[in-house]
Amino acid sequence: MPDPSIQLTDELIMHHIDRNSRVIDLGCGDGRLMQRLHDEMGCEVMGVEVEQSNIVAIIQRGLPAIAADLNEGLVDIPNDSFDFAVLSQTLQQVRNPKRLLLEMLRVARRALVVVPNFGHWRVRMEVLRRGRTPITQALPYEWYETPNVHFMSMRDFRDLMDGIGLRIVKESPIIKGRSVDQLWGSNLRADSAFYLLERDPGKG
Amino acid sequence: MSAQDTDQDSSNDRSDEIVQTQYVDLFQPPHLLTFASGETLGPVRVAYETYGVLNKDASNAIFICHALTGDAHAAGVHSTSDRKPGWWDGFIGPGKGIDTNKYFVICANVLGGCQGTTGPGCVNPVTGSRFCLNFPFLTVRDVVTVHSELVRHLGIKQLLAVVGGSLGGMQVLEWAILFPDQLKAAVVLASAPKLSAQGIAFNAVGRRAIYADPGFANGDYYDSEGPRYGLALARMVAHITYLSEDSIELKFGRRLQDSDRFAYSMQKETEFQIESYLHYQGKRFVQRFDANSYLYLTRMMDYFDLSEGFPSLEAALAQTKARFLVASYDTDWLFPTSQSRELVSALLHVRRHVSFIELRCPFGHDSFLIDIDPLAALVSPFLERTFESTSP
Repeated sequence: MPDPSIQLTDELIMHHIDRNSRVIDLGCGDGRLMQRLHDEMGCEVMGVEVEQSNIVAIIQRGLPAIAADLNEGLVDIPNDSFDFAVLSQTLQQVRNPKRLLLEMLRVARRALVVVPNFGHWRVRMEVLRRGRTPITQALPYEWYETPNVHFMSMRDFRDLMDGIGLRIVKESPIIKGRSVDQLWGSNLRADSAFYLLERDPGKG
Repeated sequence: MSAQDTDQDSSNDRSDEIVQTQYVDLFQPPHLLTFASGETLGPVRVAYETYGVLNKDASNAIFICHALTGDAHAAGVHSTSDRKPGWWDGFIGPGKGIDTNKYFVICANVLGGCQGTTGPGCVNPVTGSRFCLNFPFLTVRDVVTVHSELVRHLGIKQLLAVVGGSLGGMQVLEWAILFPDQLKAAVVLASAPKLSAQGIAFNAVGRRAIYADPGFANGDYYDSEGPRYGLALARMVAHITYLSEDSIELKFGRRLQDSDRFAYSMQKETEFQIESYLHYQGKRFVQRFDANSYLYLTRMMDYFDLSEGFPSLEAALAQTKARFLVASYDTDWLFPTSQSRELVSALLHVRRHVSFIELRCPFGHDSFLIDIDPLAALVSPFLERTFESTSP
């Protein structure tokens, strides 16, 4: 089933990646985005995946992938071996997001991250009104079976970047399946957000 | 190196998969083989088998590197009554992981071996007597040099892939840095860029067992029984390293061999099933393997370090041009996953196309010989895509 929001996220990510650059896709699934980056933009791609069936799927595409658990960091990936590191809708699922973000910018010059915004008003309403862990269209899981182990808002994310010396080059809120450059009250209204990050030479 | 000794029942009709081992003399004087040690030798006889058909532009050839005690007979049967097919028969053949309907597959016995290729048990043409321990000191580089010459002899400029597990994987790696233009792809299974200290330790015990056998006679034993007990003991120890705690537990547990009760007798040497199994493995090994070859090949493995002669592993791998597929097994403690990861990390450092996976399988180091399906699922598309990317 082609998911329009995945389509959008892919386009958004591709828009910020240079042609013919080296890209590592973390939690790359079956390699869908890798294939597009390779075919349409001439990128040298590499996937990191935990599922064996996905590794096989990527090899079937003729692309390289290594099996690794993002919870264990990227220890096998050498410093500065890529231009871009991509992490789409996965950060909220890893045990130590802060470490992974720093790892991404160890192995790559720039990081592209898409994260859900738990500051969305629907999420807040769910908590306030029902007094229960929110279940929304964007967060369709019961608390006991959700893969999401961290719940952050756009504000939280910005604070973390500040705290660990990473610079937000670009922030695009995504609302109702569309990305927007500016959004009034984005922390209340965005379903998720796209970030382009780099090391802050002044800090870090 | 196989712990798999259940005689496989060959299917009823494999008459179209009958193969013969072939022999060729390479390095005819004056074009002698120069070993890494500087010693020279020639001619060198090579035993090899091929499966499938070489295509017109010779672009579909795959070379299989066997492990420590393997041989050229990787697939098919030698006759219709042959009960035991080649050592990787589940993986290589028509419609299998390495599909011989599509590819031309070559496997050769290693230099220094004892299954048809020149080794220490052969007669030295210069002296007229067997080499024994006067055979030149052997390295993985020398083995690969001979393989490479065989490929040239067969009229193949570039292999589609070189595939090997364990010591075979070491040959693949050496090949990729020594003759980078001769292979498009490298498949390295349950292997490592160097043998671990633990691996050297087990080899040392095996060699000690052979040396200490009174039948060893300093390697000049071919007119007598030879170091049968030492060689069998060496195999028993090595065999344990190819298994895992889980697989031994599964297969044997603490079950007794002949009875439900202990014999309470020191005369009984094979009380437990695992004991009996190891004794059987040792005995069988002596029938098919030469102790001198075992000494040379294990020493060769000890010496193997891909970064030898380079400032680093990365610098060694910078020589390569192939794309890589690396796989390890979670229960393999002889060639642990950490060693494959080290290799993958170094390949990434020099920006090579590399895929890596740790497969889950209870059979320890021997998994690559036993658990064929998940391996085929990886290797088959990897070869296919490599083949497509190069053929018009």
